[in-house]
Amino acid sequence: MTAILFYVFAALAVGSALVVVGQRNPIYSAFGLIVTLCALSAIFGLLGSPFIAVLQVVVYAGAIMVLFLFVLMLLGVGAEDRKSGRTLKTVAAVLAAALALEMGAVLVGAAPAPVASFDASTRAVAHVLFSAPYLYVFEATSILILAALVGSIVLARRDP
Amino acid sequence: MSLTPVQQELTIAVVKVVVFFGALLTLFSVMTWAERRLLAFMQFRLGPNRTGPIGILQPVADGIKLFFKEELIPAGAHKWIFVAAPALAVFTAFLSIAVVPYGGTVTLPRWGLLPAWLQGREITLQIADLDVGILFIFAISSLGVYGIVMAGWAANNKYTLLGGLRSSAQMFSYELALGLSWVGVILLAGSFRIQDIVAAQDGPRGLLHWNFVQQVVGFAVYLVAATAEVNRTPFDLPEAETELVAGFHTEYSSMRFALLQMAEYVNMITVAAVGASLFFGGWLSPVPFLPDSPLWFFLKLFAGLFFFIWLRGTLPRLRYDQLMAFGWKVLVPLATINILVTAAVVLFGPGLLASWRRMLG
Repeated sequence: MTAILFYVFAALAVGSALVVVGQRNPIYSAFGLIVTLCALSAIFGLLGSPFIAVLQVVVYAGAIMVLFLFVLMLLGVGAEDRKSGRTLKTVAAVLAAALALEMGAVLVGAAPAPVASFDASTRAVAHVLFSAPYLYVFEATSILILAALVGSIVLARRDP
Repeated sequence: MSLTPVQQELTIAVVKVVVFFGALLTLFSVMTWAERRLLAFMQFRLGPNRTGPIGILQPVADGIKLFFKEELIPAGAHKWIFVAAPALAVFTAFLSIAVVPYGGTVTLPRWGLLPAWLQGREITLQIADLDVGILFIFAISSLGVYGIVMAGWAANNKYTLLGGLRSSAQMFSYELALGLSWVGVILLAGSFRIQDIVAAQDGPRGLLHWNFVQQVVGFAVYLVAATAEVNRTPFDLPEAETELVAGFHTEYSSMRFALLQMAEYVNMITVAAVGASLFFGGWLSPVPFLPDSPLWFFLKLFAGLFFFIWLRGTLPRLRYDQLMAFGWKVLVPLATINILVTAAVVLFGPGLLASWRRMLG
């Protein structure tokens, strides 16, 4: 049962990710990305981590992608122009091939390790997140986000 | 026929889903009639009273009418998204109410008619008892924006686009206040599970233990943010007919329009149900001498729904800039202060109380 569901959502994630890069219309790409994020969230849920699954939807699919869509619709973008960028395409192809080779090597070389048993309840995740090593990173991230927020307000502000 | 434990669980879940789905659909159609009727009484009119006794069959007539209307897709529309938008709106609306409990657990009686595995079995009166219940509602309601945004954009019409943009801006602004207003309740209960949150409001003095007393600021913020989140008057700017024809659903007709309408009403029911669970003690009885029962939950739910209709009959619509300013400059700071105060009380309250008692004697 879980295995079948995993393959369904994995296929959905990969398929919609292909839509994201393959579509000419940016709005369709954005919708593809939303589906990818939701499928990933379902996979987190299947792995027994409902908290991460829900956060994935709240933060990425629910908040960030709405802003993306908002901007795309407000600017009214049409289909992309794809004539240019021969060198870029070559560079991208080389990089993608390197990445594929690397991932293949990892998959073939290493035996798949069994998933360690862990406590994925909200309480346990919170205890890990708000204790010694991760707490500093967490706080540093919030300062980073605050700086970005202040920066964007300064940039967008029109002087009276 | 004997079922394996997994099959038993699945059977119970399917029955619960079907019953709940049917009840919600019925409640939706009754709501469309009750809203028109009550609004009419508030405005000294009669409202729909021709179909059946006191007009109760009006939803059936409306349903038949919508079924037989022409289904129109505008020539310039993005067909797939235009068709998918109402479906997504309804899907998210029905999904989020699945984690709201309408009662505690009941033990089935040992009647001979029931299959052996059902006799004496404990059943939770809730479709899914998630550990992250309240966050799940938050996640799904944040996905609910897409139904409206897609509907507005796909029709390729300037009014629907403006309606869709307005609603996305409004919904994610007020979602923040909505989420923050829940945090105080979550802090008091120490859990995201809605069952735990309801249980935390139980006490010897009945309704004085409910969260709308302890979390009065959080409740006020929730009330306003929830009304905005489901696009009801005075926050129904996405479909302000004086400015935007009919907002995001201008181009929809027939059953697709009915689906969008259904999503709106189901969202309203969800918001009322969540409010009843989080702030009014769910299925708990308001006075100590009466027993707790799902009936209390439904009573609170109907009171919430009546409140929404009452609001619509009373208040005029806000202006868009007033709406945004109110959301960001009043509700969000208020909710944040509420969280700080609640957290301080939860953290230091017991210690202070104990030292105060020591001082007294």
